[in-house]
Amino acid sequence: MNEAAPAPKENMGAPLPRVDARLKVTGQAPYPADFAAANVAYGVLATSTIARGSIRALHLDRARAVPGVLDIISAGDVGSIDKPKFGNTGASSIGPLHDTKIFHDGQIIALVVADTFEAAEEAAMLIRADYAEETPSASFDSKGAETEAAAGKSPMFKEDVKAGDFDAAFEAAAVKIDQKYSTPTQHHNPIELFSTTAMWQGDQLTVHEPCQNVTGWKVELARQLKIDPANVRIISSYVGGAFGSKGPMTARTAIVALAARRVGRPVRCVVSRMQSFGTQTYRAETRHRIRMGADRNGKISAFGHEGWEVTSRPDPYVVGGTSATGRMYDYGSVLTHVSIVHADRNTPGYMRSPPETPYVYALENAMDEMAVALGMDPVEFRRVNEPKKEPIGGRPFSSRSLLKCYDQAAEAFGWSRRDAAVGSMRDGDWLVGMGCATAIYPSSVAPCAARIRLTDDGQVRVQCGSHEIGTGVRTVAAQMAAERLAVDIDKVSVEMGDSALPPAPVSGGSISTASVCSAVLKAADAVRAKLFAAAVAEGGPLSGSGNEKLDMQDGKVVAAGGKSAAIADVFKSMQVGAIEEYAEFAPKGSTGQALKKLYAGQPEFHGGEEDKDSVKYAFGAEFVEVRINSYTREIRVPRIVGAFAAGRIMNTRTARSQLMGGMIWGISHALHEATEIDQRHARYVNRDLQDYLVPVNADIKKVDVILVPEVDMEVNPAGVKGLGELGNVGTAAAIASAVYHATGKRIRDLPIRIENLLV
Amino acid sequence: MRPFTYERPVNVQAAVAAASHLAKPLVPPTQSPAQFIGGGTNLADYMKLGVAQPERLVDLNGLDDAGLRRIQVDDKRIVFGALVRMSDAAAHEEVRRRCPLVAESLVLAASGQIRNMATLGGNVLQRTRCEYFRETSWACNKREPGSGCAAMDGFNRQHAVLGGSDQCIATYHGDFAQALIALDASVVVEGQHGSRKIAFADLHRLPGDTPNIETVLGPADIIVAIEVPLGPWSGRSRYLKIRDRESYAFALASAAVALDMDGGTVRHARIALGGVATVPWRAKKAEEALLGKVLNEGAAHAAAEAAFADARPREHNAFKIPLGKSTLVRALLETRDMKV
Repeated sequence: MNEAAPAPKENMGAPLPRVDARLKVTGQAPYPADFAAANVAYGVLATSTIARGSIRALHLDRARAVPGVLDIISAGDVGSIDKPKFGNTGASSIGPLHDTKIFHDGQIIALVVADTFEAAEEAAMLIRADYAEETPSASFDSKGAETEAAAGKSPMFKEDVKAGDFDAAFEAAAVKIDQKYSTPTQHHNPIELFSTTAMWQGDQLTVHEPCQNVTGWKVELARQLKIDPANVRIISSYVGGAFGSKGPMTARTAIVALAARRVGRPVRCVVSRMQSFGTQTYRAETRHRIRMGADRNGKISAFGHEGWEVTSRPDPYVVGGTSATGRMYDYGSVLTHVSIVHADRNTPGYMRSPPETPYVYALENAMDEMAVALGMDPVEFRRVNEPKKEPIGGRPFSSRSLLKCYDQAAEAFGWSRRDAAVGSMRDGDWLVGMGCATAIYPSSVAPCAARIRLTDDGQVRVQCGSHEIGTGVRTVAAQMAAERLAVDIDKVSVEMGDSALPPAPVSGGSISTASVCSAVLKAADAVRAKLFAAAVAEGGPLSGSGNEKLDMQDGKVVAAGGKSAAIADVFKSMQVGAIEEYAEFAPKGSTGQALKKLYAGQPEFHGGEEDKDSVKYAFGAEFVEVRINSYTREIRVPRIVGAFAAGRIMNTRTARSQLMGGMIWGISHALHEATEIDQRHARYVNRDLQDYLVPVNADIKKVDVILVPEVDMEVNPAGVKGLGELGNVGTAAAIASAVYHATGKRIRDLPIRIENLLV
Repeated sequence: MRPFTYERPVNVQAAVAAASHLAKPLVPPTQSPAQFIGGGTNLADYMKLGVAQPERLVDLNGLDDAGLRRIQVDDKRIVFGALVRMSDAAAHEEVRRRCPLVAESLVLAASGQIRNMATLGGNVLQRTRCEYFRETSWACNKREPGSGCAAMDGFNRQHAVLGGSDQCIATYHGDFAQALIALDASVVVEGQHGSRKIAFADLHRLPGDTPNIETVLGPADIIVAIEVPLGPWSGRSRYLKIRDRESYAFALASAAVALDMDGGTVRHARIALGGVATVPWRAKKAEEALLGKVLNEGAAHAAAEAAFADARPREHNAFKIPLGKSTLVRALLETRDMKV
């Protein structure tokens, strides 16, 4: 195991290296802030130092006096542009310069534009604001925080799922737990900083910005600027880490575009690491109460999950992971309720497995507690509660390989060597603990368009407005095209990350491989159909062969009888130099508006829990070993094994890489990451990578990924379940389980740190 | 970042002159308009953040004195030139052999990239990384005397439990300095009035009412050398650093320990504590508690209790007291068990 390029098993594609690997490691991949814009001016933000109140006066004189300063845009200067909207495309409804009100710490209060970055930065530091300050509410326990039921407040969370009579079942249960769990605030902190470069040519606006949704942004930016979307182009060729943070557009983009129009020059604004904490989205802190009841054989009869999530004052951002936790096991009865708590904070946003990371953490930590309460092996406890159908709607799973994942991961990990007694395993001064947990992620898909051009020399160009955010989607799109057209991958080029290309959905929700590959498959098949028709037509090189028996092999059209024709010969008979096909893919069950909405930048997201006939999820099982020093209690993770089943694996190398990265993030989630909030001021305290801890290389020892074969052609035409957000679900619970096993301490609040384990 | 002028003098006298030219009476060196820069790993960071706003940078990397870049080891002492990079000192064979504590304190600090840049002279003068000091919108008596201390009742998980005052509880984060203070090192300083030697224990000042004054140095003083005396304790010495992650993190607690043992009995102990105090922290009471004792778990615990007898926790850093004690216990036992 632990090979970079695992050998493909059944229903898995070759571990081809990423098509852009060399560009990336040699620094030649052009990230948006690298684009060489002529005569560019530099924008630097000034941000608020209070979380609630209003600006009484903004002192700009010293900033204006800095040599090289061209313009300063502050509250009231945004003229006719419209306020942002909160939704799938917009991060927040807060228009920071539309009035003088302060909604949160780090809110944009001005944009300084200057000839040089240094002058703009100096000037921004010289801006002083007089505030009328009000006492802010920082989080759950703050005075003034407002709690409301989440269901129906956002289109992303329609209802609190339930089944059966929870109260009665919980009351009657022989063994029960009732516990609270929490997860901290987290910021994505991609290594590539956030940036916007805006340039106008007449009424045409081009924006270079790291982005997971170029089509959506094009439409939303045009709306804010009150211009025709046809005049806006968003380019985001490469993205240096996104994780959801570059999904929704923030207020900065339109402000920088406005600045470029005002100064009559391209303007580039790179946001500092510190300022990104307040001007971008983040994963808000969550709290959970879980009640679970079971009989003495371990069969669960009652599952109750209540969740609370922080959001901003104006926006009802909610993740609501109970729709996944409520369907995980065969519970008997389910009762859930999600609340959002409005505080004086910036609006949270998507972060890798937004609902599942916090909610499944709580569920899986509770499952481990329950297994302990029952005196059962935690793997066996899950086996006993494996469902035939999901408990909420009674629908089958399109496929569910969870127990296979447990079996294979347990075997590779050596789970049978675990002594179940708490604190029983030691290695010198180090306590050893072993734990496990389930990973789950819904298999969703969305409409997507793609264009493929094949030329007579066998070169293939794939165009699709999706986004290479590090997942390898360029590579798997190339693989899909190469496979269908039977050409070498070296002959395929892929263009992505540009709103001028055929539209693709947001690169979020682990939908990209499924959506993009389904569209590429359709376009490639259209190219094949054209080639086949020409090959067997009168005068074609395979004239007389049946059209329906044709296939492509090694750059040739091949007939059933073995006769074949080179692509070049088919082109010759067609008297054309290129075949180009444009395909639009809409998932089964899409509405009639699905494609129209795709072009409008609001694609229908076809969720894995939405279909009538079945629910669709990818699953995994993760096992970890922790070591805790018996004196000083630092926690280390020498090894972690995860087995995952996610339908067709397009590329075992990129799939492994995604899952491994996810598990590493899961370790981070368990032991390291937290944005600390000064509760008095509702301000973020550790706004840099010095104090916002993520694991370093030395923390990550052995990470094994097992790809479990699974075939599921119900999910989408490509047979692909997304796995980009699967790996980090459950990891933190597995670590909490291992920590309990080593120490007897049940830690329910993340991250688990030394102070939680000191005697 | 504010505009500044930059100069690169070629000898120590010129560097002292360049800084003293702008020095103002009663202004401590950290706030002086002229700042010396070595590796720049701390100063350049703080300039970008607006915490340091020098008018003139005096770069010491052009100084021609070869001694500034040399490590000399004999039976009595190690002398480090102040411009020696952390990575070179950490990798020095003789240093590692004769006094593991010094090498370990260096190699466990920062990251490889930073250690390649940072100088030893700059290292000992590094400033706190208190979150409220690093970001200029917070009240901070160290950065802006009289403005208050936002950390005192704020988020203070990483703050000091020893050596704090009502004005400041910012931790001194350095590791190398713990080795130096434990080993009775001294620094050689060149300044406006020539050369002098300062005991390392006297270099840093407790925050008291003037947390902005961090050392006894004047604004034109340059550390040119660091001397570490060697003795029977040097070989049996180590640095134990406990942190949230395996590398590239400041100590939550650390212990610098050097022992001179007579069989199982402690003849002489030298102990310093990092991550828990406002300045490099020698734990003399812990040393005294060990004198003449058989070093077992009980004796180690007694020493740890003595080391933290005066500790004062705030809301989020109380764990540093038990952690600091455990760290010292573990460090003492591991040092005892070293095969020398």
